[in-house]
Amino acid sequence: MKPVLLIDFGSTYTKLTAVDVESETLLGTAAAFTTIQTDINDGLTEGLKKLKAKIGPVDFAETYACSSAAGGLRMVTSGLVPELTGEAARLASLGAGAKVVGVYAFQLTEDDLEDIREAKPDIFLLVGGTDGGNTECILHNAKMLAQMKPEFPIVIAGNRTAARQCQRILDGCEVYVCPNVMPKFGVLNAEPTQKQIREIFLTRIIQAKGLSKATELLSDIMMPTPSAVLAAMKLLADGCEGESGIGELVAVDVGGATTDIYSIAEGMPDHMNTVYKGLPEPYAKRTVEGDIGMRYSIQGIVDAAGMDKICRLSGLTEERVTELVEDLKVNTDKVPNGDDDLEKLDFALASGAVAEAVARHAGTISETYTMLGQTFVQEGKNLTKVKQIVVTGGSLIHTRQTEKIAAHALYDPAHPESLRPKEAGVWVDRTYILAAMGLLSLHYPQTALRIIKKELEYYGHSE
Amino acid sequence: MEQRKKVLVIGVIGADVHAVGNKILYHAFTEAGFEVINLGVMVAQEEYIAAAIESNADAIVVSSLYGQGELDCRGLREKCDEAGLKGIPLVVGGNIVIGKQKFEDVERRFKDMGFDRAFPPGTAPETTIEALRELLHMDGETA
Repeated sequence: MKPVLLIDFGSTYTKLTAVDVESETLLGTAAAFTTIQTDINDGLTEGLKKLKAKIGPVDFAETYACSSAAGGLRMVTSGLVPELTGEAARLASLGAGAKVVGVYAFQLTEDDLEDIREAKPDIFLLVGGTDGGNTECILHNAKMLAQMKPEFPIVIAGNRTAARQCQRILDGCEVYVCPNVMPKFGVLNAEPTQKQIREIFLTRIIQAKGLSKATELLSDIMMPTPSAVLAAMKLLADGCEGESGIGELVAVDVGGATTDIYSIAEGMPDHMNTVYKGLPEPYAKRTVEGDIGMRYSIQGIVDAAGMDKICRLSGLTEERVTELVEDLKVNTDKVPNGDDDLEKLDFALASGAVAEAVARHAGTISETYTMLGQTFVQEGKNLTKVKQIVVTGGSLIHTRQTEKIAAHALYDPAHPESLRPKEAGVWVDRTYILAAMGLLSLHYPQTALRIIKKELEYYGHSE
Repeated sequence: MEQRKKVLVIGVIGADVHAVGNKILYHAFTEAGFEVINLGVMVAQEEYIAAAIESNADAIVVSSLYGQGELDCRGLREKCDEAGLKGIPLVVGGNIVIGKQKFEDVERRFKDMGFDRAFPPGTAPETTIEALRELLHMDGETA
């Protein structure tokens, strides 16, 4: 037996997962409150006590952790054209597991600097211009940033012609230079920047967020939780040496404050008469909807889905929905506990959250008529051929209606423009192990994949 | 240090899906030593401008083959000015208008719209390349 401990320091809970990498089994999981305000180790010790009570005394050979505690990894980005390097910077940050708290395009203004100071980012990503392209904007923005004497590290990943000059302008600040996120028009190169972001997270941010006390215990890796989940999803889709994956997939994580969507899929047009427009999106794409969550962002779901839909799905009256929603906004830790109305409402909210968040993540198609006849224009990823949906998050895994909720991620005939999966099998992460398996996959990919396939519950096809 | 190649942004404007000529131009311009950003077919004015800003392009080359070129091209110069691309050379070619019209008239209308050069149907890529060299003051340079 070779037990490995995987820790996920969440904003509310510290979740522990123990696996035996020799027998490739899940030993057990446990959770305790995250104690970032006092000593992060208090919560961890508490969790370990619970874990050992379940699985017996073990000596862990290795320990790895990810974290979204203390606000996660907060980033602000600036690019040149909003749809081009502006979007490239945003996608790169999301893919690195960040919470993007500010997106700027063109030249930064003095007002922007005020907002940036208030946003208190952990990292600033400065991009703009393709290689050999525009240098004016990124140089101007570097000067503006230098003026505000930033305390946050800055990653420069824009036009290579201007990179060193930006570094000189920002002399005295903590600066890292990476290859351009958009070296050529329409080409994304986010990996080197994402690697750099994770390194900064590991060395600097962990310390700043009071997580360093826990690092003595860790073997080496510490990464943002969404980045670990993305790693797990890539592994599950693509497989690894000696173990096959399940193919292209969409993953949905509905949380209390935000909803994360991942897609591991090419998503390019599948017909000759379809023209692709806009920046090609990454194969492994993550988006976060900050206004969609089951408790802190409950109003966002109602606004996006519409009161009518929430009433229809829950079978409750508008008055009752409003009453419950107002209550949940304040009592964010309330969960359905035999409470029939609350359970109905949560079902409707989760369904609405899934439908809206997946629709925003997926691409769209529109029909136009040209002199040569009908043509289609696709923007973003076409996920209609994706056959697998993975769901996680409390509201989805603690209900018996998971499959019904997950079906809202699918193609809706009332919205044919939204390129969501047409039919797909549903995998449910009941034991909440995805982030842990993402961590494990960095050293034991085969073991991690086998455990995921064993632990996720499969629910056949939905249409 | 290697000299920077001149950058061209090319594409077929409007609701036009004629893809063959666009590919030929892409290869011909690349062969002639230009760095070419090809936006393909069904390109909106804003897309040419966004690509030109980001890549610091030296010229925009617009193709139109379905007869609606005059409508599609209207306002491109003004939008370029607005976006900070003041004075960027604009070149247009293809079947840019409907029916048999004297090309001198057509050319004059496009020049009035702010285009630096307009080319009639059947223009060889070499002619356009020559004109671009002249517009971009590339005497003697390969590109």
